[in-house]
Amino acid sequence: MTRIDALRAVYDRLDRSAVVTIMGAVAAELQSIGHRPNFFYLQHAMGLASSVGLGIALSKPNVPVVVFDGDGSVLMNLGGLSTLARYKPSNLLHVVFDNESLLSVGGFPTATGTCTRLAEVAAAAGVPRTACATTLDEFVREFAAAQQAKELTTLVAKVDAVGPSAFVTDLGLLENRFQFQRYLQGR
Amino acid sequence: MTYKLREVPVSTANSRIVFDALKSSGVRLMSALPETWLVHLIRQADEDPDVTLVRLAKEEEGVGISMGAHLAGVKSAMLMQNHGFLAAINGIVSGAQLYRIPLLMLISDRGSFGERDPWQTEGGAVTESVLSALRIPVMRLSDPARVAYQIREAQTLAHSSNKPVALLLTRDLMWEDA
Repeated sequence: MTRIDALRAVYDRLDRSAVVTIMGAVAAELQSIGHRPNFFYLQHAMGLASSVGLGIALSKPNVPVVVFDGDGSVLMNLGGLSTLARYKPSNLLHVVFDNESLLSVGGFPTATGTCTRLAEVAAAAGVPRTACATTLDEFVREFAAAQQAKELTTLVAKVDAVGPSAFVTDLGLLENRFQFQRYLQGR
Repeated sequence: MTYKLREVPVSTANSRIVFDALKSSGVRLMSALPETWLVHLIRQADEDPDVTLVRLAKEEEGVGISMGAHLAGVKSAMLMQNHGFLAAINGIVSGAQLYRIPLLMLISDRGSFGERDPWQTEGGAVTESVLSALRIPVMRLSDPARVAYQIREAQTLAHSSNKPVALLLTRDLMWEDA
């Protein structure tokens, strides 16, 4: 499965959610499918996308929140999984695209390619629902099930280590930030 | 929830003044990682039904949580030791500063004059220089009579500038065995 196919497959399911992505390929690919005011791309602060999602989920308990994370980012903030699990916001769906590498900076392998299983790490941290999808069908099914479940879920999607040729888009960071804040004000 | 705390001469009364001032300035979410000087503040936050306390594994998470809270319209504060501030710097720079997020940081100023714990002393020596290098406005909280005013002023500046501000909790304020 490629990440962009996975994003395309759930894109229509994002219209009622506040969406937070990590930097690099995830942000560029989601924007290439089509930016929406309810999408916020955390273009740095690596590791903190799940923490931003937690802050939104706790502050707006009635707004579903989807975080698109990555293996490299999760590994930078493994403690954050324990914090997510501790507060278990039922409106948070934490998706981790695991391509077993730091693709945006040259494709160096991460520990998920050799030994670390992130869905199991999340489960052991106390996240109540976890799954690992290796095919597109499985991913779509698990994503839909997690949205239905209304229980904190970490869904790991094993994806190919391929991405876009460029990461900079014409959407300014602050433009995105203020637009997203205004979107949340209306929810 | 009950706590088994080591008997330490941290000022309960001044912790309450800080907590009440944070609440009066609109803070409804506090993220924290325990340290000796913060025990009463964290307990007060935990016991207050109007405040959401988020206990962290590492302070940098708190920057992300405060970013999310701000974007979602909730005022927040971070409670941490100066070593926690040092551990959170990348999040502060590439999260809160890059994205212009008001961030109210209450930092216990360990390792300055009077510090008995040898392991705190390096952090104490660099905290204000690092804040200054990051161009983060800072005030020291030492006089309980001025705390409410200073917290209000810090909150106002954080929101008018959309930037992080720091308040240093000093030994004079937090410690009764000075």
